[in-house]
Amino acid sequence: MGGFLVIDHVSKSFGSLRAVDDVCLEVGPGEAFSLLGPSGCGKTTLLRMIAGFERPDSGRILVAGQDISHLPPEQRPVNTVFQNYALFPHLSVWENIAFGLRMSGRPRDEIRGGVDRMLELVRLSEHAKKRPAQLSGGQKQRVAIARALVNRPQVLLLDEPLAALDLKLRQHMLMELNTLHEQVGTTFIYVTHDQGEAMSLSDRIAVMNAGKVEQVDGPEALYETPRSSFVATFIGDANFFTGTAVEHQHEGYVRVMVDGLGSPLVLSNGAVGSNQTLKLMVRPEKISLTLNRPPSGERVNAFPGTVEDIAYFGSHTRYRVRIGEHRVIAQLQRSRFSGGGIEPPRGADVWMSFHPDEARVVRLEDAA
Amino acid sequence: MTSPRGVSKQWLITLPSLAWLGVFFVIPAVLIVVTAFRPPDLQGGVGSGWTTETLQVLRDPAYLPIVWRTAWLSGLTTLVCLALALPVSFQIARVGTRMRQFLLLLVVIPFLSNFLIRVFAWKSLLHPEGPLTKLLIALHLVSEDAMLLNNLGAVLLVLIYTQLPFAILPLYAAAEKFDFSLLDAARDLGAGPWRSFSKVFVPGVRRGLISAAVMVFVSSLGQYVIPQMIGGASDEMLGSKIAQRVFSDRNLPHASALAAALMLAVLVPMLIVTMWQRFGRKEAAS
Repeated sequence: MGGFLVIDHVSKSFGSLRAVDDVCLEVGPGEAFSLLGPSGCGKTTLLRMIAGFERPDSGRILVAGQDISHLPPEQRPVNTVFQNYALFPHLSVWENIAFGLRMSGRPRDEIRGGVDRMLELVRLSEHAKKRPAQLSGGQKQRVAIARALVNRPQVLLLDEPLAALDLKLRQHMLMELNTLHEQVGTTFIYVTHDQGEAMSLSDRIAVMNAGKVEQVDGPEALYETPRSSFVATFIGDANFFTGTAVEHQHEGYVRVMVDGLGSPLVLSNGAVGSNQTLKLMVRPEKISLTLNRPPSGERVNAFPGTVEDIAYFGSHTRYRVRIGEHRVIAQLQRSRFSGGGIEPPRGADVWMSFHPDEARVVRLEDAA
Repeated sequence: MTSPRGVSKQWLITLPSLAWLGVFFVIPAVLIVVTAFRPPDLQGGVGSGWTTETLQVLRDPAYLPIVWRTAWLSGLTTLVCLALALPVSFQIARVGTRMRQFLLLLVVIPFLSNFLIRVFAWKSLLHPEGPLTKLLIALHLVSEDAMLLNNLGAVLLVLIYTQLPFAILPLYAAAEKFDFSLLDAARDLGAGPWRSFSKVFVPGVRRGLISAAVMVFVSSLGQYVIPQMIGGASDEMLGSKIAQRVFSDRNLPHASALAAALMLAVLVPMLIVTMWQRFGRKEAAS
């Protein structure tokens, strides 16, 4: 166990619902780590178990080698930034931040120094005497962060830290959180359902689904090599094709027979047996559309189809292309397409192509 | 809402309740004060002319122990009721909707029977031949000749019993609006369960606490049925004296003088509390 925060085979059920199902995670010291997943995936339950508001049914939670599974929240070296901030309305900003230090009975001078330093860190010194109700959403959140960090927790938990903010403020606070994490160097654990947030805030992300961890990886690895179709769809968009491995080629490539499409050649990450049924994943932006058949070669997968629908998004355009029974989403940047000549209108016959390296084989058990 | 139009509209909406308060509260209150300055007449009514003679009765040192007893009985009742109502309202606000409705029903159920009947029920319950006394004697918790009735303790007990719902209901109303995730935050920041309760929940429902305290204290001050039925001869409260002046002595001005003094004793502290709250709010806003 080399991790700083270790989740060791932790399970938690509510009635017949297994909210967290045998989860194992290791988070390094100073790491920014996200628990990402849809609502009900168990990420919040896991966070509440780390904070101490829920007890695991089985398994252990360790911080810096100490088993904290059975400590009450007030004795854990962990502090939380709550989703709704949970600032004490009857206390000033200053007193809110001082609360934790007062509870641990620190001397007066230390409290004053600590609170003032925190106020400076989150740039709220001139609002010290205000009540939480007089602050904006972004300011409240900074108070909540300061109130947690002033206790010098070993792990800072942030529950949907940006969910309550509007879009512009969210983008701003995203940068602020990253800066803050660099400044204080504490281990940050984010809980979020927003993949964009998780990708831009974290060093590593654990994608959770139905109480289980699907995959733990850096943002880029999660996007580029998702191991399951759940991860592939939760992080970004994806086209899926179910097929059968028909022919192995050297250097880890495999040819897959897909009914109604053809037999594209794809990179196989991991062992794929012959005649094994599997699932292919191609990101919409990895697909090219051309009016003419691309120059043929072993390494290009090209299939003829018809443009069914076009949606213009400014920075890119999305095409829905019908190939037999399949519907493929392709996302193109305008400049990219200009190389191929005119943009295909609705109903145009086009060639859809992708490079074997851009397709991924994902686990089939999520095929449903 | 700060425009002159908006203000006048607000006044218009408030008018019916203001009229109600004026007719049924302010005018009777003024009448009581006015009557205190009238001489009594022999038929038990109010004589003509003006006098300050009745006010002299307030100087009667015989009232002092009664005033003192009334004050501490009401004060103690208030304290005990708040102490009991705080955890109760905390729990009621935390349980599920169904359980909450059931518990609230239990709180309100005593109101379904008449106040006098409930006090009378206590009288027979505490009676030397009553079930409670017999049970306690059987359990050897009190001696054979124990007297549970006709003493101050019994008065205090029944006062607390009758006033408790008036403490629970406003406190529950405040607790229901309380954001219980604040208690998680308090625990997270190192406060144990007790300190979370006292440092976060209690200040969080302080407005409910103030209304509960005022409700219980004020309505305890005016009690005269309980000391009369449950208490002994020496356990009178100020309300008993007022009732005595009205019904036995048939001296309305004398009763009015006592009632007016009691009323002022209640209104002045309430005015102070209101001002303090206003001041507190202004301070918070600055």
